[in-house]
Amino acid sequence: MFGFNGRQLPAGWQMKKGRLLTAMNAFKDSEHLFRLLGVFAAGILLFLVLREFLVPRSFGEYGHYRGNALGEIAARPVNYAGHDTCEGCHTDVLDKKKDGKHAHVNCEACHGALAKHADDPAALTPPKLDTAVLCVRCHEANAAKPKSFPQIVSADHAGGLPCETCHQPHSPAITAGGAK
Amino acid sequence: MKLTRRHLLLLLPAAGTAWKFVLAGTPEAAPNYNRSEHWWGMLIDLTKCIGCGNCVRACQTENDVPDGYFRTWVERYHVSDYDIENPQVDSPDGSKHGFPPAKDPSGKNFFVPKLCNHCADSPCTQVCPVGATFISPDGVVLIDKTYCLGCRYCVQACPYGCRFINPKTNTAEKCTLCYHRITKGLTTACCENCPTGARQLADLKNPNDPIHEFLKTHPVQVLKPYMATHSKVFYNGLDGSVR
Repeated sequence: MFGFNGRQLPAGWQMKKGRLLTAMNAFKDSEHLFRLLGVFAAGILLFLVLREFLVPRSFGEYGHYRGNALGEIAARPVNYAGHDTCEGCHTDVLDKKKDGKHAHVNCEACHGALAKHADDPAALTPPKLDTAVLCVRCHEANAAKPKSFPQIVSADHAGGLPCETCHQPHSPAITAGGAK
Repeated sequence: MKLTRRHLLLLLPAAGTAWKFVLAGTPEAAPNYNRSEHWWGMLIDLTKCIGCGNCVRACQTENDVPDGYFRTWVERYHVSDYDIENPQVDSPDGSKHGFPPAKDPSGKNFFVPKLCNHCADSPCTQVCPVGATFISPDGVVLIDKTYCLGCRYCVQACPYGCRFINPKTNTAEKCTLCYHRITKGLTTACCENCPTGARQLADLKNPNDPIHEFLKTHPVQVLKPYMATHSKVFYNGLDGSVR
């Protein structure tokens, strides 16, 4: 039923008619090829239908990835509240800090992550800090630190006295009247 | 008008397209944050870094980074006067507890904080076979945990060694530039906790960001510029020996 004959050939093919017809005879019983084509078509259709269900809706929204991933990553809770939040309430500390050397050291750099405290001040009170650990973290002498950064060798700096005996952490310079 | 088969066939594609939008639902809302208005990067001023490790601890607290793995870490370089070709680098526990005194105070000693460089042409996103890692419209290289297979291609592809496989989830992990913070108007956990201001978050699309003035007036370099990754983590005072 799908066989070819000479009359249906395009004009340009007529010259090679003899050889072409021999080739066409090979396709005389070509039904099975069309059945195969049907199988392929069904396969492609199945692929497209499955793809529609399996690929997330937001995939390709911005690029070759799931667009909703952006929102999911951004939705992660915050642990460090940020100094703007701290300064909203603790204005007294801000006043103490503002002229001192630690003016640009943010609150949570020493006091730790306190977003929970910022959300509900009663739920979590910041722990008391140990200056013996905290101060030397930054100020212990190390050859790799910039030369302009104030450094001490803690073992022979204060004879075992705690740092806050002389230095107030929020404004650490020693004034004429001792610790402020 | 009579509805013929021809009309129905013409309507089908339109109905299909409409249905696709119905299924897509409403996109995630991000109030007051427009992704197209930002292009994030970071500025690291090595002349200010004191190697205290505050950034490393802050990152681990903020992002639940497992022990022994690092999204950011600090390296200490020692460049001997007599062998400048072979610097000695150490980073005990990623500098989570700071550094012990330098063994040899002579020569050059300095700290180099490292993190994902959020490359604009990142090799890691190019190798991902499933589209689990990508550059966000605001220039942050992110990982979709639910899509990652843990195949480790990206871990190998990163020229800066910034990725690892989280042993709990078996998926790739790296610095997100605190995407959950910067989209809420906060700075990253490491920048927030850097006592000397050595690290600064930079929005390269914001004309008022101090980064532009800094880049114009300082000798700024990126890591491995020859890799042409277009890294967006800029280092001020970067020594040539840094790998």
